[in-house]
Amino acid sequence: MKKTELPRWATAFVLPLLNLVSALLVAALAIHLLGESPLESLAILINSAIINPEGLSYTLFYASTFIFTGLAVSIAMKGGLFNIGAEGQMYVGGLGLTVALLTLDHTLPAWLLVPAAMVGSALFGAAWAFLPGYLQARRGSHVVVTTIMFNFIAADMMNFIIVKYLIPEGQQNPASRVFSDAAALPQLNTWFPVLGDTPLNISFLIAIAALVIYGVMVWRSSWGYQLRATGLNQHAAHYAGVSISRMVIVAMLVSGALAGLAAVNSVMGSTHYLSLNFPAGAGFVGIAIALMGRQHPVGIFLSSVLFGALIQGGFDLSLEKPNIPQETFIFIQGLIILFCGAMEHFYGPAVLKLINLGRKG
Amino acid sequence: MQPAVEFRKISKAFGAVQANADVSFTINQGAIHGVIGENGAGKSTLMSILYGYYRADSGQLLIGGQERAIRTSHEAIALGIGMVHQHFMLVENMTVLDNVMLGSEGGFKLAAHRKQVEAKLREICTRYRLDVDPLAFVHDLSVGAQQRVEILKQIYRSANILILDEPTAVLTAQETASLFEILRLFKEQGKTIILITHKLGEIMEITDQVTVMRSGRVVGAVDTVSTSKEQLANMMVGRPIQSELPRAPFKPGAPVLQVQNLNLVDAQGVKLLDDVGFTLRAGEIVAIAGVSGNGQSQLMEILSGMRLPTSGRVDFLGRQLPYAGRAHADGLPATFRKLGIGHVPEDRLRDGVIKDFSVMQNTVFGYQDRVRNRWGLFDFNAIAKRCSHLLEAFDVRPQNPDLRIGLLSGGNQQKVVIAREVSAQPKLMLVGQPTRGVDIGTIEAIHTQLLRLRDEGVAILLVSVELEEVRALADRIVVMSGGRITGELNIEEFDTTRIGLLMGGMHKS
Repeated sequence: MKKTELPRWATAFVLPLLNLVSALLVAALAIHLLGESPLESLAILINSAIINPEGLSYTLFYASTFIFTGLAVSIAMKGGLFNIGAEGQMYVGGLGLTVALLTLDHTLPAWLLVPAAMVGSALFGAAWAFLPGYLQARRGSHVVVTTIMFNFIAADMMNFIIVKYLIPEGQQNPASRVFSDAAALPQLNTWFPVLGDTPLNISFLIAIAALVIYGVMVWRSSWGYQLRATGLNQHAAHYAGVSISRMVIVAMLVSGALAGLAAVNSVMGSTHYLSLNFPAGAGFVGIAIALMGRQHPVGIFLSSVLFGALIQGGFDLSLEKPNIPQETFIFIQGLIILFCGAMEHFYGPAVLKLINLGRKG
Repeated sequence: MQPAVEFRKISKAFGAVQANADVSFTINQGAIHGVIGENGAGKSTLMSILYGYYRADSGQLLIGGQERAIRTSHEAIALGIGMVHQHFMLVENMTVLDNVMLGSEGGFKLAAHRKQVEAKLREICTRYRLDVDPLAFVHDLSVGAQQRVEILKQIYRSANILILDEPTAVLTAQETASLFEILRLFKEQGKTIILITHKLGEIMEITDQVTVMRSGRVVGAVDTVSTSKEQLANMMVGRPIQSELPRAPFKPGAPVLQVQNLNLVDAQGVKLLDDVGFTLRAGEIVAIAGVSGNGQSQLMEILSGMRLPTSGRVDFLGRQLPYAGRAHADGLPATFRKLGIGHVPEDRLRDGVIKDFSVMQNTVFGYQDRVRNRWGLFDFNAIAKRCSHLLEAFDVRPQNPDLRIGLLSGGNQQKVVIAREVSAQPKLMLVGQPTRGVDIGTIEAIHTQLLRLRDEGVAILLVSVELEEVRALADRIVVMSGGRITGELNIEEFDTTRIGLLMGGMHKS
């Protein structure tokens, strides 16, 4: 039977894969133009990001952050909201975490410090997302515009706070003081020495748990049902008794909290102090992950790992191939957003034709 | 004389669905030819083939005696075929003149050409009595006038064969009458009209020949004078249709809904509802008749909690509905549903279902809080069980709970909505346009359900622009015009002329 729309397996796997391959092909062309062999570069990238256990653990370390920002963008997207502000929410979330740790890290035991820091980051992240959500819900100010602006505001505000209040006396480095050892997240290599010297920590496990909770909440709960209804058709959701404005605000709060939680891995898992611009684009990567992973837990996981691998592999690649600058990662990331986001259905008609041909033949 | 259009053994399949099978018939030059059939009978596919949207898998299409392969709508227009779609293809914030010129601007500079076109349009308007100002903006025009703009556009493009797809669905009785006058003038000029409709009365009134289609095939082709409504209906459905559905004797119970002095003023200060008041009792169907856009939709929205009134009081089972002290209606429909108010919304796809949700998920839409366990999670087993029960009881086809509801036909989507609202066992059921875009067989099923609900003692408020439907269901009729109630009558006093006058705003006197 001739199909007029793509089967689910095609939209879920074939299209993202084709889009990814296209992005990588363009990247390969760029690498070729830079005078390096694309195949060799790919081999280095894969080896350093996936095959080497230490490299793999770095990949997963980056992925732990991306899972949270990816979830943040995804849950808002499910409610029909395009939250561009995960970057700023993560940044402000880092402030919440820092406030909690600076006040508590010498009094609370380690097993209480981590939850306290998580609560602090989630609260601050959510608070930063509240105003855009409120303005969208009650005043109709488009959340895309406000969250972009809030990213800029967050950057300047954090700059001010860090420089003015957080730099310890006599220091030049724009960062807070180092937290006490109790505030360091337990690292996974204490249980799995094969991982080598790596910052991979329990926030990877927390991220996996968050993916599961996200899946259950969005697809199995009454709340998620109402969230998805709101995202698909606000008129109908209103008819069904969903309070649209409350749903918009709550979705943004949850989204901001998840973005804020992304700070836990970055700050407590690696640097152990709050530094200027620590999100380093993780919030924007979250947008790419949400688009590429189609807001599905498995998709979010896989694309987070992919982006983690690109950072880790790209870093090693730039070390081994001086012609390839480290910014190549940003270039590839941009390509993936272009192919997986803006041109998501580019190959749709062609794949559909192929499927129909296959059925006939 | 050569026939204007001849279909010879046209077949068209979409996958396993045979949309047209060996369709053969001719349409005479200068005739008004009706094509009727239920939804999915293949009328639209056939017209799309004629208008160049689809190509037939096999068969021939003859225009004016010559075989043609129409590949695009441009080719159709070049052959003098024009189509007036059910949903108008007009740019609302442009003038009539600019809409007509769109696509045939005649050069880079507009001004010179515009004068010529305007003159020509004025001439056409006079000749066909179209009564449209070429310089008016489309959004200022009534629905009837917008339709005349579409017709004007086709005449300007020198269409000789005019296809009209359900043209009267959005018109008042008076507007319909004047449309028919235009069509007769058209016919006098020797032009050919193909009228697609499901309204048998109109077929009888204006057409010369009728072709009846059922499941992709032609099941009847008759001269209108030699047939009757009943015969056509039977041909369309393929079985006899009961003209009168059984109902229990009228024994209204206690008042369920009392509406008093209900007013609604929009942001521009326009009165959408003006001092509306009526009472609805248990076991009674009150139908609100009126041309669409006269306040019925707003009334239903207020009664279902989707919208707040500006002022007024509504009592439901003796308790005042909680409109007061609210800034917006957000979440209010949930409260009303808990009180026992069911609502079949008139715009199914906008309000009633989520197209991308499965049929099963749509069967709990609005009642999502009743199917969760104490953790807030859905009990999918219970939902699936309930869903398959509903699909069977209301004969939804196909009976596949996992299908996206957007893939179902309009009639089956409506059955899902009605099944869902009925199964919640409401005390009051608000029903808006229950059979809009629904085929005859399904209309009968839906009407049977509503009458059964009435016989069980539920109070039903029905809004319908179809007087046939009002007559078939109502115990009492309330007529609305311009946001006001212009008359109330019992079903025994049913009188099309009187209702028509009340619908036109002639106040009770």
